[in-house]
Amino acid sequence: MKKEVSISAIKDGTVIDHIPSNATFKVIDTLDLKGIRGIISAATNLKSKKMGKKGIIKISEKYLTQDEVNKIAIIAPDASVNIIENYNVKKKLQVSIPQTIHKAIKCSNPNCITNVEKIPGKFDVLKKDPVKVRCLYCERDMDKEDIVIL
Amino acid sequence: MDFKNKDVISINDFSKEDLLHILKVARTMEGRRDTLLKGKILATLFFEPSTRTRLSFASAMEGLGGKVLGFDSAAASSFEKGETIWDTAKMVEKYCDVIVLRNPIEGSARLVAEASSKPVINAGDGANQHPTQTLLDLYTIEKVKHKLDNLHIGILGDLKYGRTVHSLTTALSHFKPVLYFIAPPALQMPQTYLDELEKKGIKFIIESNLMKVSKKLDILYVTRIQKERFPDPIEYEKYKGFYKLDTSLLSHIKKDLKIMHPLPRVDEIDRSLDETEHAVYFEQAANGIPIRKALLALVLGKAT
Repeated sequence: MKKEVSISAIKDGTVIDHIPSNATFKVIDTLDLKGIRGIISAATNLKSKKMGKKGIIKISEKYLTQDEVNKIAIIAPDASVNIIENYNVKKKLQVSIPQTIHKAIKCSNPNCITNVEKIPGKFDVLKKDPVKVRCLYCERDMDKEDIVIL
Repeated sequence: MDFKNKDVISINDFSKEDLLHILKVARTMEGRRDTLLKGKILATLFFEPSTRTRLSFASAMEGLGGKVLGFDSAAASSFEKGETIWDTAKMVEKYCDVIVLRNPIEGSARLVAEASSKPVINAGDGANQHPTQTLLDLYTIEKVKHKLDNLHIGILGDLKYGRTVHSLTTALSHFKPVLYFIAPPALQMPQTYLDELEKKGIKFIIESNLMKVSKKLDILYVTRIQKERFPDPIEYEKYKGFYKLDTSLLSHIKKDLKIMHPLPRVDEIDRSLDETEHAVYFEQAANGIPIRKALLALVLGKAT
């Protein structure tokens, strides 16, 4: 059977594969791709042996940094991120939840100094699956459902 | 162990060895009055009211020959003009050698410590941490029980919102206690702290009736139901006065039980208990002086 290609390959840019289907659009939001000039294509509800259903996003002319990849680690912990140059995989970025998270997420405590003075948050990752983090300022713990991604 | 320039922000930053070292230095500070901190200036930045903490820091500093400047309400600071805590810290660090901060915003002490090159001591950041209170609590327990290990300690009152009891629980977990959390279910110890105790293998009992466990206790730590921490005043009305200890307790306790309270009390402990040998809460408040002298001397590099 002919393998269907849902979205075409890109020459240069970033491909994010193995996104949980229900997180595909959240990943786009999180990465804040609005200002990008290159073509962005996304597909979701694709069949996946590993995941059942998955999403994929291809971003032309944009190379994600490790910091940006860390942002999606919370919502798409098993995503694979490939940096593409001239149709070849130049680099694979590991999506793994780091030991500490800077900036990417927001403390859920309205009385935390990071929210009152609008400064970037810092979090210790206490547990990776399911994720649990502690704000390094107010020391409140947040479970996955409390985490607000910036 | 070098504490010079170290910030004192959260009890979680201190190992068991650190805690024991601070208690050891505090013992050398009992009744001490000299010029150890001569030429040093303490800035006390109190954005919300406090009697004991601010006065005992000032007394500790002046008792060791240092000088104190600062303010004791947000209204007296430029905060009212919209100045950020970060900017306040950047300015104040130039005026002093050590900063003591109380601010109702959680995490503010950590931010001030990041902004300031001078050591910062957290004197309470909202519902989060109040590490010097915890240190004086440990100091008091050790003083009245002559040990810290293997004690049966009851903690009673508002265990949900009370920062004192959270920090104390964390600190005690280094000393293999059996902990009794005595509170109505709605004000019980948050799960996060119970999970941590479980992880460390500390035995704890959840109870709402003090009389069921009172005979087992070596220490009973009583806290106020704090009106200012309740999001809903109706909830507060429901629980205020839930526990009132008086002399009727005396037939249900060990002979050498000691009763502690971080003060101020409202009506949790009747004054009739004050004169009994069980009450150690005023002694506890007095222990703030040697602890704060020790911390000031340590972070200023004048004690090791």
